[in-house]
Amino acid sequence: MADNNLSFVRTEMLQGQTPPLGERGIVRWIRLNLMATPIDAILTVFAIFLLAWFVPPMINWLFVQASWSGADRAVCATVSQGGTQPEGWSGACWAYVNANFNQFMYGRYPQEQHWRVNIVGIMFVVLLIPLLIPRIPFKSANAIVFFFVFPIVAFFLLVGGWFGLPYIETATWGGLLVTLVLSFVGISVSLPLGIVLALGRRSKMPIIKMLCVVFIEMVRGIPLVTVLFMASYMLPLFLPPGVTFDKFLRALIGVALFASAYMAEVVRGGLQAIPKGQYEGADSLGLSYWQKTGLIILPQALKMVIPGIVNTFIGLFKDTSLVSIISMFDLLGTVRQHFNDANWASPQTPISGLIFAGFVFWIFCFGMSRYSIFMERRLDTGHKR
Amino acid sequence: MASQDITPAGTGSAKVSLLNDPRIRGYIYQLVVLIVLVSLGYWFVNNTIANLQRANLATGFGFLDGRSGFDISSHPFTDYSSDSTYIKALYVGILNTMLVAVVGIITATIIGFIIGVGRLSHNWLIRKLCTVYVEVFRNIPPLLVIFFWYSGVLAVLPQARQSIALPFSFLNNRGFYFAVPVFGQGAWLAGVAFVLAVIGAFLVRRWAYKRQMATGQRFPVLWTSLALIIGLPFLAFALKGFPVTVNYPELGGFNIKGGALVGPEFMSLYLALSFYTASFIAEIVRAGIRGVGKGQSEASHALGLRAGTTTRLVVVPQALRIIIPPLTSQYLNLTKNSSLAVAVGYPDLFAVGGTILNQTGRSIEVVAIFIVIYLSLSVLTSLFMNWFNAKMALVER
Repeated sequence: MADNNLSFVRTEMLQGQTPPLGERGIVRWIRLNLMATPIDAILTVFAIFLLAWFVPPMINWLFVQASWSGADRAVCATVSQGGTQPEGWSGACWAYVNANFNQFMYGRYPQEQHWRVNIVGIMFVVLLIPLLIPRIPFKSANAIVFFFVFPIVAFFLLVGGWFGLPYIETATWGGLLVTLVLSFVGISVSLPLGIVLALGRRSKMPIIKMLCVVFIEMVRGIPLVTVLFMASYMLPLFLPPGVTFDKFLRALIGVALFASAYMAEVVRGGLQAIPKGQYEGADSLGLSYWQKTGLIILPQALKMVIPGIVNTFIGLFKDTSLVSIISMFDLLGTVRQHFNDANWASPQTPISGLIFAGFVFWIFCFGMSRYSIFMERRLDTGHKR
Repeated sequence: MASQDITPAGTGSAKVSLLNDPRIRGYIYQLVVLIVLVSLGYWFVNNTIANLQRANLATGFGFLDGRSGFDISSHPFTDYSSDSTYIKALYVGILNTMLVAVVGIITATIIGFIIGVGRLSHNWLIRKLCTVYVEVFRNIPPLLVIFFWYSGVLAVLPQARQSIALPFSFLNNRGFYFAVPVFGQGAWLAGVAFVLAVIGAFLVRRWAYKRQMATGQRFPVLWTSLALIIGLPFLAFALKGFPVTVNYPELGGFNIKGGALVGPEFMSLYLALSFYTASFIAEIVRAGIRGVGKGQSEASHALGLRAGTTTRLVVVPQALRIIIPPLTSQYLNLTKNSSLAVAVGYPDLFAVGGTILNQTGRSIEVVAIFIVIYLSLSVLTSLFMNWFNAKMALVER
């Protein structure tokens, strides 16, 4: 080891040098993601200008200038409009949302009976959450309670008239309550009905097939407002004189039938994607039609079309807002109804109310779509390409 | 247990009970369904007749010839007054529906394609902005978007006196006023020239394609067509001494004079439908482009095609095959959603029909008209898109 003092041989490892400035950290990220080509750079500058032009005024309007509480329109109007705000003021009128919050949630449901709605709401959440989390056991019991027991309990609680609870007309219901009841019933009716229609459409029995095709194509060809219109103007004509139908129930029937036609098409897509061998395998095992469908075909087909099913649910949830056209008051209808409230009319009121309603709708729909992505990944057993 | 009959020797197969024969059972099911439906239908018809008689309502479509007696705020293609017939009112409604649907479809497609391509951009900021757009708009009811524009934005615009001045146009709470060209005598020649130019451009394209197939030589089709389509009408105008004047809107006192007006009802409906549908189209476009394998564009690069040519000749035709079917259903959705016009008072088919229903009480007839017309609009749109799809579809050999 005498020679190891040769001056040109390193004795210790060199530390790796840091990459050049343009190749590391944030600079590299910016170079790759924002400035990769000249066109990219121009686009980035354009986007930044857009954001700078749009975001600060929006934040200013939504939060900084917004009036958060107050008893009437004075806090949301400028002096010349009869309010207290300085000239040129423009900001969100959250005071309006705040003051009418109960209305937006329950509609004209009597104030002292709100606890009934609250109990139904709590039951809904308590039953829904364990159903959504895959790790929690007792799924089938939970589902039975959620889809069969809960609706009955909810019906008796919300409508009343039994067990000493005062009867409450559905005409007084409104706000988010109506939106959620319509969507829940629509969803839980349209899925089974849609499956039946899809099976009927693929059936070998010509009459049943034809009936299903006509129903599905006809409903899909016309707008929901027309269906609601039919439900509210024509259904009473079809029934024996004297028999009247609750308006809310008519809207429910319209929404559920409409959604089931779309659901049928989604389910049909899944049924068509099942290889023929699955049907033949089930047949050769001697399974009956319903065993084959229930145990072999549907579990695979439905799993495949979860995104489509949830999209239909989201569409249904959004479509419930259309009942305001046949003068029922869901969340959007209630918000709109209160624009014209003389207590609150100001230039900022409509847009604030609409943004609030939009935000509520958005949370529900966005939540559903995220959950569908989660389920899709979880159920992906690797059959897909 | 009567199914144990033994067949006479010689036929060879055991006879099963009729109830266990799937074919027979199918007939029985269908018969039952048919009987139930027919009796239900009979009951409905009976009830309806009884109800109509009780309310002394006449039936039939004869009422359509009667005087409508209501005004329609927007009838751009026909002259209509409250003295016109119901059928004319419905006609105006159909035209209005088609107008907003066509204009909305064009705008939604343009926005949707831009946003969809933007979601695939390498640029992080653009990608995120487009994602935010899509996630915001497709999770909000279209009706809410319509109201957002109508009562949130357009209704709080300043009055006519303080109109917002834009280039050649004004914006106020009565709508959007813009300049329109007014054609004088002899302008028809330019129209003819335009049509001729389009036909010419089409012929040039076919000729160039044939020549390229035969000789491999290329021809600048795009520039020639542009020159034809712009140049020929221009020449025609020049020949006639430019018989066109522009009618500018002008601010005068309490009102705006001249120009053409688009009311806030149409604007809010049009903007909302375009923005809402565009978010769905963007997702379809993204899925379509992502659906074209990376190998396709790599192979095309390897063959020496440039980026633009690759996109035009390799990626887009294949992506379109994936895009067109769902795009069709979005177009149909937009057309059907145009019936939300009734919420802001734009006189589309549904709004006009609703008014007629309220006046005459003919609910069955009016709903039947709705169904027929909306179904035919849907069928027309799908026929056109199916034709386009067949043109674009992969030619399998």
